[in-house]
Amino acid sequence: MKYSRQVADLYENPQNVGGFDENDENVGTSVVGAPSCGDVIKLQIKVDDSGVIYDAKFKTFGCVAAIASSSLITSLVKGKTLEEAQQIKNQEVADYLSLPPVKVHCSILAEEAIKKAIDDYRSKK
Amino acid sequence: MNHVCNNVHAILRIILNNKNMDDSNCMANDTVYMDYQATTPCDRRVLERMLPYFCDDYGNPHSQHSLGVTANDAVENAREQIASLIGVRDRREIVFTSGATESNNLAIQGIARFYREKGNRIITTTIEHKCVLEAFGALSREGFDVVFVPVLSDGRIDLNAFRSSINDRAIFASVMWVNNEIGVCQPIEEIGKICRSHGVIFHSDAAQAVGKIEVDASHVDLMSISGHKIYGPKGVGALYVTMQPRIRLSPLLWGGGQERGMRSGTLATPLCVGLGAACEIAALEMAIEYERLVRLRKCFLEKVFDALPMVQLNGSSEHCIPGCINLSFEGIEGESIMMGMPEVCVSSGSACTSKSLEPSYVLRAINVKEDLSHSSIRFGIGRFTTMDDVEYAVEKLIKVVERLRSMSPLW
Repeated sequence: MKYSRQVADLYENPQNVGGFDENDENVGTSVVGAPSCGDVIKLQIKVDDSGVIYDAKFKTFGCVAAIASSSLITSLVKGKTLEEAQQIKNQEVADYLSLPPVKVHCSILAEEAIKKAIDDYRSKK
Repeated sequence: MNHVCNNVHAILRIILNNKNMDDSNCMANDTVYMDYQATTPCDRRVLERMLPYFCDDYGNPHSQHSLGVTANDAVENAREQIASLIGVRDRREIVFTSGATESNNLAIQGIARFYREKGNRIITTTIEHKCVLEAFGALSREGFDVVFVPVLSDGRIDLNAFRSSINDRAIFASVMWVNNEIGVCQPIEEIGKICRSHGVIFHSDAAQAVGKIEVDASHVDLMSISGHKIYGPKGVGALYVTMQPRIRLSPLLWGGGQERGMRSGTLATPLCVGLGAACEIAALEMAIEYERLVRLRKCFLEKVFDALPMVQLNGSSEHCIPGCINLSFEGIEGESIMMGMPEVCVSSGSACTSKSLEPSYVLRAINVKEDLSHSSIRFGIGRFTTMDDVEYAVEKLIKVVERLRSMSPLW
């Protein structure tokens, strides 16, 4: 598959790989996708008292586009409020990465991951 | 005109002769080709034999004049070389085609249509090449009763299921000799005996077997051969069709009635010569090459298993060709492995590398867990693979597998 420069860069040098303590009450965690489908994203956010995401990490099992989408979305949400982060649409990720149509589902998975991580954080409060 | 052609030929020869035979089939220094099941490089000795038939001896092999006779002699010599490699005594039993896809289609559609009065059950397996599965699919839509016989978890056919698929309406069965994804060899002799005892015509797609292992045509009635899988040119193949007893088939192409009416169209002399030369070289070097590949395979697997935990070899390790190594790497996905080592040319059974977004149907058929199907890489080694290539590829592989596992939520 021919990928854009942006995808290749983020695959080779992914940003924000890693994780936080799931039990930390300032951390929201999500795991989306399924191994049998070939994509799993684990995404975590760290939120300060004013509701701003000040750090985000991911681990991804999946293709090059899934890794790049995970990396991009963790970078996008950093510094955003929970409300702002919740507004991020997969199209933004797909456009920035110029994802081919068969890979758009990777950006959808990334959007789902951030939404569920926010939900998880809120459920702890 | 002839003069110009001769000049081109001379220039080509100069270019070729400047290349040392030893390194003439190596790639750029930083790239290792490990996709020998997809295609093989054309052996330069094969190309050398083909060249005269483009611009010098360009006659139509079906013409009666001297240039035609020269071309015809070359084609018949090639036919003999192919026949000899697979143990066929009468070279007329070899029909030239454009490749294994055409050979398989000609055999499957040709037999089914010709013998349709005798019955409508036709049998194959779940792990055949797409061109076989699709040909059976097309016949199924025409009303044929198609049975897809399952394979066991080692990739070998379920012989009991095969036996019970044969009823009194069965006319034809097609089982591949060696699988292209997992390299597993089928018990062709046994299957052939079962077919013979039930009067079922038996075809085998031997594209991945011929030239790699001993292939004896007496076990089958028809056999498909491909040029570019055995260091010959792309665009040529052959179908063995037994004459004892005579098997007939409806042609796919109508025309001048060449190839005993089974495959009309002017033969591509250089391609036929190339396929013949490839077969001749294989006959001479196959045994030594096989032993060499066994050693390379052993070394490759030892290095991978020593360095990496949770790696699975897919398909039988006993009944397989040494040149095909299909591995699954737990916790990571095949496409990202491939992209992480662009210096190593391999294929993956991952959904992400297929147009259908489905993981490999062959791995599914042998009950590889779905996540491990997504994690599979096929390493194909062959005539021009060196120990250095193997070491280089393993080094790149270990690096990318460790990197991807460090960022996998499943690891």
